[in-house]
Amino acid sequence: MRSDWREPVRAPRAALRVFGAALGALTVVPTSLWAQDAPARARYWFPPAVSSYGGKVDHLFMVVLWITGIIFFLVEGALLYFLIRYRRREGQPASYIHGHTGVEVIWTVVPAIIVVMLAFSSQRVWSYIQGPPPPHQLEIEVKAEQFAWNIRYAGADGQLNTADDIETINQLHLPVNQVVLVHVTSKDVIHSFFLPQFRIKRDAVPGLNTSIWLQPITEGHFEIVCAELCGLGHYRMRGFVVIESPEAFRAWLEQTKRAG
Amino acid sequence: MSTQPSTHHKLGFWRTYVFSTDHKTIGIQFLFTSLVMILFGGLLAMLIRWQLGWPGHPLPFMEKIAPNGMPGGIMVPEYYNMLFTMHGSFMIFFGIIPILVGAFGNYLIPLKIGAPDMAFPRMNAISYWLFPPAALVMLSGFLMEGGAAQAGWTSYAPLSAIMGPGQTCWLIAVIIIGTSSILGSINYIATIINMRAPGMTFSRMPMSIWALFITAIMTLLATPVLASATAMLLLDRTLGTSFFLPAGMIVDGNALPHSGGQVLLWQHLFWFYSHPAVYIMILPAFGFVSDILPNFARKPLFGYKAMVYATAAIAVLGFLVWAHHMFVSGMNPALGTSFMAATMVIAVPTGVKFFNWLATLWRGSIRFTTPMIHACIFIAVFLIGGLTGIFAAALPIDIYIHDTYFIVGHLHYVLFGGSLFGAFAGITYWFPKMFGRQMSDGLGKVHAILTFIFFNAVMFPMFILGINGMPRRIYDYRQYAHLAHLEPLNRMMSVSAFLLFLTQMLFAANFLWSVFKGRKAPENPWESTTLEWTTSSPPPHGNFAKTPTVYHGPYEYSVPGRKTDWLPQTQRA
Repeated sequence: MRSDWREPVRAPRAALRVFGAALGALTVVPTSLWAQDAPARARYWFPPAVSSYGGKVDHLFMVVLWITGIIFFLVEGALLYFLIRYRRREGQPASYIHGHTGVEVIWTVVPAIIVVMLAFSSQRVWSYIQGPPPPHQLEIEVKAEQFAWNIRYAGADGQLNTADDIETINQLHLPVNQVVLVHVTSKDVIHSFFLPQFRIKRDAVPGLNTSIWLQPITEGHFEIVCAELCGLGHYRMRGFVVIESPEAFRAWLEQTKRAG
Repeated sequence: MSTQPSTHHKLGFWRTYVFSTDHKTIGIQFLFTSLVMILFGGLLAMLIRWQLGWPGHPLPFMEKIAPNGMPGGIMVPEYYNMLFTMHGSFMIFFGIIPILVGAFGNYLIPLKIGAPDMAFPRMNAISYWLFPPAALVMLSGFLMEGGAAQAGWTSYAPLSAIMGPGQTCWLIAVIIIGTSSILGSINYIATIINMRAPGMTFSRMPMSIWALFITAIMTLLATPVLASATAMLLLDRTLGTSFFLPAGMIVDGNALPHSGGQVLLWQHLFWFYSHPAVYIMILPAFGFVSDILPNFARKPLFGYKAMVYATAAIAVLGFLVWAHHMFVSGMNPALGTSFMAATMVIAVPTGVKFFNWLATLWRGSIRFTTPMIHACIFIAVFLIGGLTGIFAAALPIDIYIHDTYFIVGHLHYVLFGGSLFGAFAGITYWFPKMFGRQMSDGLGKVHAILTFIFFNAVMFPMFILGINGMPRRIYDYRQYAHLAHLEPLNRMMSVSAFLLFLTQMLFAANFLWSVFKGRKAPENPWESTTLEWTTSSPPPHGNFAKTPTVYHGPYEYSVPGRKTDWLPQTQRA
């Protein structure tokens, strides 16, 4: 320990300058690269959103990012400023202050208002995603097992869990723009049915049948991720999602039925 | 109050250093043991980072250490699952909780309230001596068929109910360490209520004691729930009960004979303990920082009462938010709304803490010692842990980031950025009192700054991984098309993690060297006001030559009209 910790702290200007320059470079360089290079930005950000509610989730994320980002810079800024401005200096004793009720009230009430507003905007999106689904055109069942996704489509009778059901493993095809009701459950342990580009995730729980709804809005090839640890093969419990035109989807279903 | 000056007689070696009932020795035993556990947990993290940075690349020397887990030095998925399970379990149950609550609780409570020892010294010794066996039982899982527990530190049923015998070791270890926690917390509560020195009213207690007091109440209320849940799971595994196993489970093609169990019950019980446990792991650190900031800003703590109320509010709310870990579990979405509301509200008392810390620095006269730097880093990085919690609380965002690296980043900012920096601040601050010697301040500062840099370099990119949708607990993420490009970023994080680990060797060296060879410390090296600094360093058996009398609050710094800028609690104004 330095024996003179009670002595005034002189700001070592050279060190401060180097530190400041390094900090500046560390902030400015990645930020400017980020700002200019749209492909790089996309690479290290959300995968593209392809469901009807994906955009709402991303928007809410950005709202929270802005709010918390501003708070972050204000608090860190105040911390740095106070540390530099009120470092020990000759002839500048500390003030004898125990507190102030007024400011305590302000910094209790203002954050409370902010979080209540955040809770309300979150609730709006949550009840859209998790509330009663809009009328659906397709109903499927996803039954997880170690380590695969069993996907079941209704056959000609339009009913799930009847003899003419069409079953696939790890292949989820969906017609674009149609609302799909997905029943999620599991045979053995908990898995989690995660479609990153849809911004949806639901645990597949044995002994429990729950449902979510989806509406894909872009055609393309995507993946199902298992997001809940389910054993040694958890990492390779991957499924495939194809979003295609309703015609292509019907043709695929027909072909799968014949093959199965 | 039974604070008689003690007439302790001299004890032999075993009773002094090993089977001691002196709270100071027990505190130091907790400190050493938990530091070793943190080191071990850190080593496991290095292996995890190796696999994430260089998936499938051999690490030849590991073949000798773990022939089954890493044949030819290449990690198998089961071993990876064991590593993160053990990393989490060791860090939480044997690292952070014992260092913050066991080490500092035992060491500080009697000294800071002016008592000669704990209310129940023997029970205190038992609470320590349950700790090493618990760690050994958990570790013995590695010797079982199929290896150690591999269901994650959360041990979600039914996976944890059907995995190999390593999981049984895990459950028994958790029950033992839980018993230790319960015994310790009863002791803390009894001591703080009954053994405060004359004049040490509740409103004159230092924040660290308030924090440890409230933490002990939380431990006492929450830990029995964990103990019951683990006991039920143990019964499911060994006696064929069906608490967590529903009818109709088909594992590996075999139908299980269970029926009537509820899978989500485990999650409710587990998180009913484990969310309060998050606050058990952070409130003491809040307390230490609240003691250290006024000391080195030479200024009273801003808003003492608000700080006490905020701590209590966090503790109460901490019991009402457990299901925010379960937003995508399939529970009723309407429950999600109420748990989101309670979770968001916790941001308010936590914010009050931050603002009061900042206001304590405002118009202070700040001295940059090692403990002060750790305390400032704590504020700077725990802020990120707190703010990212708001993302996790916002229901629709949580659907996406749940079980991704965003959560891993968030929890490391809380438990490393918060709890461990709090522990570093506490160790460097109370070291002179504990060992009668000073740690090297220069080395301490280098350690603090490097830890700050490498910590952020490992943990911050985790948020980016999470935003990309990378799930946690994943052995090889590269097969997913949307994650394959994250390998270079993961490699950078792994390199930073290795450097972070190496930096901790600086701390270990400084700590061990200073215990034996550090400069002798005076009674009150930091010119502080609280009671532990009014007795010798280290304090004698019985702590105080004469029972201290307390005349005022704990943070009387820079009182106008006095020669010195600190007014000890035992001195009349």
